[in-house]
Amino acid sequence: MSAAARLSVRGLTKRFGGLVAVKDIGFDIEAGEILGLIGPNGSGKSTVMKLIMGIERPNAGSVKMDGTEMAGWAPHRIARAGVGIVFQHSRPLHRQTVLEHIKLALLPDSLIKLFADPHVNRRAREIAERVELGAVMHRYPATLPFADLRRMEMAKAIARDPKVVLVDEPFAGLTLAESESFAALIRSFRAEGRAVLLVDHNVKSLAALVDRALAMYLGEQIAEGTADEVMQNETVRRVYLGGKIETRERSRGEVIGKPEILEVEDLGVLYGKARALDGASLHVREGEFVSLVGLNGAGKTTLFNAISGFVPYQGTIRFGGQDLRGMSGAAIARAGVVQCPETRELFNDMTVRENLDLGGYHLAEATRADQLAWLFDLFPILKSRQRQTARTLSGGEQQMLAIARALMMQPRLLILDEPTLGLAPVILEQLSKALESLQRTTPITVLLGEQNVTFALPHADRVYVLEHGQIVWEGDPSSFEREMGRGYLETVPVGKPLAFPARA
Amino acid sequence: MTNLVRSRMLWSAVALAVAAATLPWWVSGYILGILTVAYYFGVFSMAWDLLFGFAGEVNFGPTFLIGLGAYTAAILDARWGPPIPVCIVAGGLVALVGGLLLAVPALRLRGPYFGLITLVAVLLLQNAIVIFAGVTGGEIGMTVPDIMSISAEQNYWYALAFLVVCAVILFGLSRSAIGLILQASGQDAIGAQALGFNVTKHKLAAFCVSAVFSGVAGAMLVFYQGTASVSTVVDLGVGVQIIIAAVLGGRRTILGAVLGAVFLIVAGEFLRPLGQINTFVVAALALAVILFFPDGLLGNLLRVRERE
Repeated sequence: MSAAARLSVRGLTKRFGGLVAVKDIGFDIEAGEILGLIGPNGSGKSTVMKLIMGIERPNAGSVKMDGTEMAGWAPHRIARAGVGIVFQHSRPLHRQTVLEHIKLALLPDSLIKLFADPHVNRRAREIAERVELGAVMHRYPATLPFADLRRMEMAKAIARDPKVVLVDEPFAGLTLAESESFAALIRSFRAEGRAVLLVDHNVKSLAALVDRALAMYLGEQIAEGTADEVMQNETVRRVYLGGKIETRERSRGEVIGKPEILEVEDLGVLYGKARALDGASLHVREGEFVSLVGLNGAGKTTLFNAISGFVPYQGTIRFGGQDLRGMSGAAIARAGVVQCPETRELFNDMTVRENLDLGGYHLAEATRADQLAWLFDLFPILKSRQRQTARTLSGGEQQMLAIARALMMQPRLLILDEPTLGLAPVILEQLSKALESLQRTTPITVLLGEQNVTFALPHADRVYVLEHGQIVWEGDPSSFEREMGRGYLETVPVGKPLAFPARA
Repeated sequence: MTNLVRSRMLWSAVALAVAAATLPWWVSGYILGILTVAYYFGVFSMAWDLLFGFAGEVNFGPTFLIGLGAYTAAILDARWGPPIPVCIVAGGLVALVGGLLLAVPALRLRGPYFGLITLVAVLLLQNAIVIFAGVTGGEIGMTVPDIMSISAEQNYWYALAFLVVCAVILFGLSRSAIGLILQASGQDAIGAQALGFNVTKHKLAAFCVSAVFSGVAGAMLVFYQGTASVSTVVDLGVGVQIIIAAVLGGRRTILGAVLGAVFLIVAGEFLRPLGQINTFVVAALALAVILFFPDGLLGNLLRVRERE
C-alpha cells in the first residue's frame, strides 16, 4: 500500500517474558518527514525504536526500508543499510576528543584500514561546525556541558549520512534555547530528505516539529494523526490526564493540626551537568497522603532518592525534625522512611514469602506474624501466591509485593514511586482499593509520585506538581483539574507556542 | 596540545628504550637476566591490555594462550628439532588457533561469562599437560634441547628487541583507526553497532592479535629459560601476575603494561631476601596502587590530560 515509504513498519510485536511490551505497531515514514512517537513512561515507545535499530529482536512483524526487510538483522547491518540513532544518554570515550568521536563514526567497518582516509578529517570538521561544536572540537567529553554531549551524539548520527534517523527524547535535559537549536537541526534533517522518528513522552514538546504523531499506551497504538489531532484525542487525554478526575472528600481537620513529618527545603540535585532538581520545597504532615505528580523526567524519582539518601543534594531535608544530611540510606530507612522504588527491586528468585520476611527481618517474631497477616488481608492475592517466586508474578502482583515488602518495614513515611508504571487499568483499581484501605486503617504517612493523575488524585490530601525539576503548583485535588488539568498535558513549551483553541 | 603530550609519551618511551639498550654495558648479568624475563612479561601484559583495555573483555586466562605457544614450541623442538624460529612461529600459530577455538563460542556470551570461560580454559590446559605427561613432562615440566643463547647479554638483546617490536605494533594498532573502533566496541557495544561496526568481528580480531603475541612471547621464553613448565607459563598465578602488571601500569595505555611488568618482576626479585614475605609485599604494593590509583601509573597521567 505504500511502496514509496522510506521506512515501513508493520505488525511489530515484542514480548519480554509474559509482558507484551509492543503489540502490533505499524506506521510509515516518508523521506523528508518527521513522525513523533509519543506515550507515557512504560508505553513501549523506546522498545519500538530499539526494534527498528535491531538492538532488540521483534517476535513478529516487519521493518522495511525502501522495501527491504530488515527485521531480525544485527544492529550493525541495519546501521549500514542507512538507519542512524541518537541515544538519549551518551556514553562517550574519555580519551578521545569530540573530533575523534565524529571521525570514529566516519570510519568504515574494516579490519585492515589502519588509517582513516584524508577526507575523513575534513568531513568531521564540517559536521562539528554544523552541530555548533566547532569551538570545542578538540576538547574531551568530560569537560563538555550536557547539551554539547548531545550535539556530539547528533554529529555521530549525521556522520553516517543515514536515510532514517531515530532520535530518543530529543529535548530531555535541555534548556529552552538549546531545545530550539536542536529543533532547527532536526528540521534540517527533514530538509535533506531524511525520514525522522522522534520518540518522546511529551506531546507538546514535539508538536511544533512533527508532521504526524502516533501515540502509544501499554504497547498499543491509541491514536495517529497530526499533533493537534493526537493531542485532542479522547484516549490520549485519558491516558495522560485520566478521564474523570475523582476526588474524595476527607476532612482536612484530622491532619491539619499534626506536626510536619517531612520538610524538604530548596532541594537541588545535579547529575553531572544535567540539573534534575532545582530549588524544590515540599512538606508532608503526619498521617497525610501527598501526591507528587509530574511527567517522566520531571524529577520525581530524583526527589525521592534524595530523601532516601541515595543521591547527593543541596538544600535541607528534615524528617521528624531531624536533619537527614550525612545519614546513610540504611540509617534513613531505619529511621522510618521507606521507599518503594519505581523499578520495584524485588528479589526475583526468592518466593513471595521470603521477600516479605526479608522486609520484616528486624521485627520480633510475633510482630512479624501480625504484620504478615495484616498485609495478606490488604493484598489477598499475595497470600495465595506465597510460595511462588517473585519472578513468576504478573506486573501488578509484583507491584503489590513491592508495596507489601515496604510496609513490612513498618515505615513512618512510605514513599511510592510510580506504582502504576506499565500496569493494566484493572490492576490499578485493585491497587487503588488497597491504598484506600491502607489510609483508612493505619496512621501511615504516604508520599506518592505519579504521572498518572487519575491514580494520584483520589487518595491525595494535597498535590504538588513537579515540572523540569521545579515545584510549579501546590494545592488540593479538587482545584487541580480547574487550575492545572490542561496545562499538565501541554507543558514544556518548546519551539513556537501553538495556538490551541482554548477549552472551557 | 594533544599531539604535544602524546608525543611526549612517545618520546619518553623512546628514551626509556634507548636507556634499556645501554644497560648491558654497566649492569651485571644477573640483573640482565631478571630484565629479560620482565620484558617477556611486558609483552604478555601488553597483549592482555589490548583485550581488556580496548576490546573491554577480561581474559582471566592469558596463560592459556602463552602456555599453548610455549608447549607447542617445546614439544616441537624436543621431538623433531627444527630451527628455533620455526618452533616460535608454530607456537604463535597454535596459540592463534587455540584462541580462536576458545573465543568464537565465548564471545557470543555476555557479561562475566567470557572471563569465566577463559579461566576454565587454563585449568583444562593444565590438566591436559599433566595427563599427557609422556609428551609434556607433566608437572615437572620439560627441558628443550636448544636454547637461544648462553650469553646473558645476547638473550637480553633478543628480549629487548622483541619487546620494542611488539610495543611498536601494539601501540600503533591501539592508536590506529582500528584501535578507535575497538575502544568504542569495548566501552559501548550498542553504540558502536549503531554506527555500523560489527563488534564481534573487531573483538575477535583483537583476541587473535593478543593470542599471536602471547603465543610467540611464550615460545621465546621457553627458549630463553630452556624449560617449559606449568608453574612458569601456565599456572593461574602467572596469569594473575600478568593482569596485575597491566592494571598497575594503566589500563588502555599498552605501554603502561611494560612498566607494570618490569616493576612487578624486578620488585619480586629484589625483595627475595625477605623470604616468604616477598610475594606478600609485592602483592600488597600492587593492591595499594590499584586501590588508590585505579587508572594505573600511566593511566593517571592521561587522566590529568582529559580534565584540562
